[in-house]
Amino acid sequence: MIATEMSSQEIKEQKPYLEWGLSEKEYDYICEKLLKRLPNYTETGLFAVMWSEHCSYKKSKPVLREFPSKNERVLQGPGEGAGIVDIGDGQAVVFKAESHNHPSAVEPYEGAATGVGGIIRDIFSMGARPIAALDSLHFGEINQARTKYLINEVVAGIGGYGNCMGIPTVGGEMTFDECYTGNPLVNAMCVGLMEQKDMQVGRAQGIGNAVMYVGAKTGRDGIHGATFASADFSDEKETQRSAVQVGDPFMEKLLMEACLELTNKHASWLVGIQDMGAAGLVSSSCEMASKAGSGLELILDNVPQREPEMSAYEIMLSESQERMLLCIRAGFEENVKRLFENYGLEAVVIGRVVTGQQYLLKHKGRTVADIPVSSLTDDVLEETSQEKVPERILEAQRNQNWAPQISDVADTLKKILQQPTIASKKMFTQTYDSQVRTNTVVGPGSDAAVLRVRGTKKALAMTTDGNGRFVYLDPKIGGKMAVIEAAANLIASGALPLAVTDCLNYGDPNDPEIYWELHQSVLGMAEACRTLDTPVISGNVSLYNENNGEAIYPTPMIGMVGLINNLKNIIPSFVQHQDDLVFIVGRTRADFAGSELQKLLTGDIGGSLNEVNLKEIELRMTKLLRAMEKGLVESAHDLSEGGLAVALAETTFGTKYGLNIKTTLSGEELFSETAGRFVVTVAPEKKQQFLAEMEDEAVYVGQVTEDKQLKIAYRNGQFGLDLEAAEGLWEEAIPCLMKSKD
Amino acid sequence: MKIAVIVFPGSNCDVDLYEALHTVCHADVEYVSHKQESLAGFDAVMLPGGFSYGDYLRSGAIARFSNIMPAIIQFANEGKFVFGTCNGFQILTEAGLLPGALKRNDSLKFICKTVKLEVVNNQTAFTTHYQPGEHIELPIAHADGSFYAEKSVLEKLEKNGQIVFRYAGENPNGSLNDIAGITNERGNVLGMMPHPERAVEALLGNEDGLPLFRSLLANVKKEEEAAR
Repeated sequence: MIATEMSSQEIKEQKPYLEWGLSEKEYDYICEKLLKRLPNYTETGLFAVMWSEHCSYKKSKPVLREFPSKNERVLQGPGEGAGIVDIGDGQAVVFKAESHNHPSAVEPYEGAATGVGGIIRDIFSMGARPIAALDSLHFGEINQARTKYLINEVVAGIGGYGNCMGIPTVGGEMTFDECYTGNPLVNAMCVGLMEQKDMQVGRAQGIGNAVMYVGAKTGRDGIHGATFASADFSDEKETQRSAVQVGDPFMEKLLMEACLELTNKHASWLVGIQDMGAAGLVSSSCEMASKAGSGLELILDNVPQREPEMSAYEIMLSESQERMLLCIRAGFEENVKRLFENYGLEAVVIGRVVTGQQYLLKHKGRTVADIPVSSLTDDVLEETSQEKVPERILEAQRNQNWAPQISDVADTLKKILQQPTIASKKMFTQTYDSQVRTNTVVGPGSDAAVLRVRGTKKALAMTTDGNGRFVYLDPKIGGKMAVIEAAANLIASGALPLAVTDCLNYGDPNDPEIYWELHQSVLGMAEACRTLDTPVISGNVSLYNENNGEAIYPTPMIGMVGLINNLKNIIPSFVQHQDDLVFIVGRTRADFAGSELQKLLTGDIGGSLNEVNLKEIELRMTKLLRAMEKGLVESAHDLSEGGLAVALAETTFGTKYGLNIKTTLSGEELFSETAGRFVVTVAPEKKQQFLAEMEDEAVYVGQVTEDKQLKIAYRNGQFGLDLEAAEGLWEEAIPCLMKSKD
Repeated sequence: MKIAVIVFPGSNCDVDLYEALHTVCHADVEYVSHKQESLAGFDAVMLPGGFSYGDYLRSGAIARFSNIMPAIIQFANEGKFVFGTCNGFQILTEAGLLPGALKRNDSLKFICKTVKLEVVNNQTAFTTHYQPGEHIELPIAHADGSFYAEKSVLEKLEKNGQIVFRYAGENPNGSLNDIAGITNERGNVLGMMPHPERAVEALLGNEDGLPLFRSLLANVKKEEEAAR
């Protein structure tokens, strides 16, 4: 391999870096301004991956600065493996989300599995015990064999990794729209719990301290994964299978237990720890050096290798999974080796922190790279991107919004319950172990998952939400709605929203319309996060989600974690007792653009969104949470896709109860998707107290009944729906689609 | 009285067993590494669920060669109590302490859900706190839970009352004779696919697993007293 590497001069002339994602302008800048010489083959490769969007955020950085990232609870914001938030009693919750869209489109099982594996490593690299995994999955309509294959394999990959690791997959979301057919979205989130005293950082400092490599050996898999994630798909281009890694959850389980023993019991040996994720060894090592302002020397011959004759370039860029990089205080190397040996793992000294700020790589007696650390991490040319309002937005503003007309409300409800985005996802979620570690109080299928914090009265609620349809119609308002939806899910479970992690999934940012979508939606999300005081503490950006030039809907995923101070205040999503009173919290407007109803009746979405009043919603949610904490609420469910009608039906599923409802809303408005609303049940004797607490935010609409019927009298009619039959339709819809022949 | 929870590389329900015994039942429990070679001082042994050695080969096929296994086999042969759930059950069959084998589920998928069970035999050391024929619900979480044994073995299991738990209603994995849990002939080794340790707290919505641990603890105590 080494024999065939191009010389610096050949690189300059033949420009292989263009294939690796580096532009001519960037290459020239590196030669003329940063190095003042021509980079060699290995160095050019280092720049190409470190300057890819995936590692450098060079395109999205100007926009990401809009997000609030601090408040008095935040102990660690963006920039480390994961964000950390104080939950009291000296404990903290750690979380982050990451996308694995591109690998999952090519090799769905391993793509999804290694996505889960990567995000788990980010959590334990902070010194936290991973306690839960969630996901956010978006696929094409379930109408072709390829899509079914992608769904089955992605779900199997998520389960295969998480189940083996013994980390419960407790929640998530799954939606289906044409635009994700060629480019599915696979976002994974992991939540960890830690003692604040065990907090770790990814730093390499202290001259003479050791850089140690632990975990799996390095192979040729995943080379250029980060670059691969920074380009779009097309049928003409050969899909880059070598860019997809293969996961080994058993190895990761051992690695996790060993690293947690190191961080929690032998902190004095450790200076810093970081996952080798995207761009593998180069990114982890130079980030650790950069954060501490250190110089680093690595001897690549010492890197454990799975394959013979790997070049320096391959060793540095490999994205083999289940590897961690440690900075260990000089003198403790043997202790660390013994600790890892006890788990059957190899820990190897591959370098040292050195004086100066150079990044020095040696291989087979030669210096293969000698460049300033900061040139890889800090000197990347930030790009200002062009923005343009898409024509569809302007046209929607000129036209009047679509107004639905429904003749048979009951029939419409039955049909909507069978829409894949709304229908039960049980056939997938029951292939995930959602209970292991026995902390799961509320598992998949509710608004938010809830886990108790063992040994305390506290519980954590968590959710992932992203609705690309709304963001597509109006990025700014859609962005606000994504945050509101996540917060509403937490509130419905009785939790105070603490903070946010995100995955920003968009198309090619070089398209000014796409960049405008990114910018506007971030502005919307940032405003909502400020209003709700839920800073963005970690996250990831996934651009270039396109297939044959067609972009996905702009789909930011919001992962949110909330705190429940007392286990007694965990609120179920399902009705609890006969004769409890039903209230709707929040006003309903005619919000049909992007709704499930519009999709059902017109086959597409379109129109413009109505502005959302963040302050009003925040006040409403605060009141509801206070009522919950006072013990006034028996159940709560947030209203989202399919609106009130769907939410009412859902609150009865799995119970023996029905509902008798009378409302002044029209039949159509039963399906409106106005953000920030809830259906709440209250014990009859607590009605006055509840209403006093909610002021004018809650409207009484009926009660819980003992027969399995949903009876709704609305402004212009009434209907009764057999809930057992409806639940059957809801539960069977996806299994039926997955089984059907194309 | 002291109980051992064995930790194999890849075990992941070890914490759950430990907490069920320690925090909920207030028993004296200790983790025992697969590297150990002795179970001296222990009165009962628990094999947890998980993916020992990744279970990349047949589930439990590698764990049965662990250093601790001869000690577990000897422990069982002495008539002391051995319990395995999920991966623990798979390891016990691989080690020959229980008959039969656990195949891939009929659906070919991992399944995590709560299932209905019948307590077929409440005369074992693990089930005396259940009523005969009692119907309970316990979670399952496995990909390889379909119990298989030859006809003659099944007949023997039936005849000897070795079938302790049976799926009642839906059979989630294709187990022959709806078998969810069996003992050895002597009755001191129980293996089951469902997870009783996940059903010991009202907060988590199910306490149907509690009588199993209470039965075992009571019977270990009884043995202790008899020995004195």
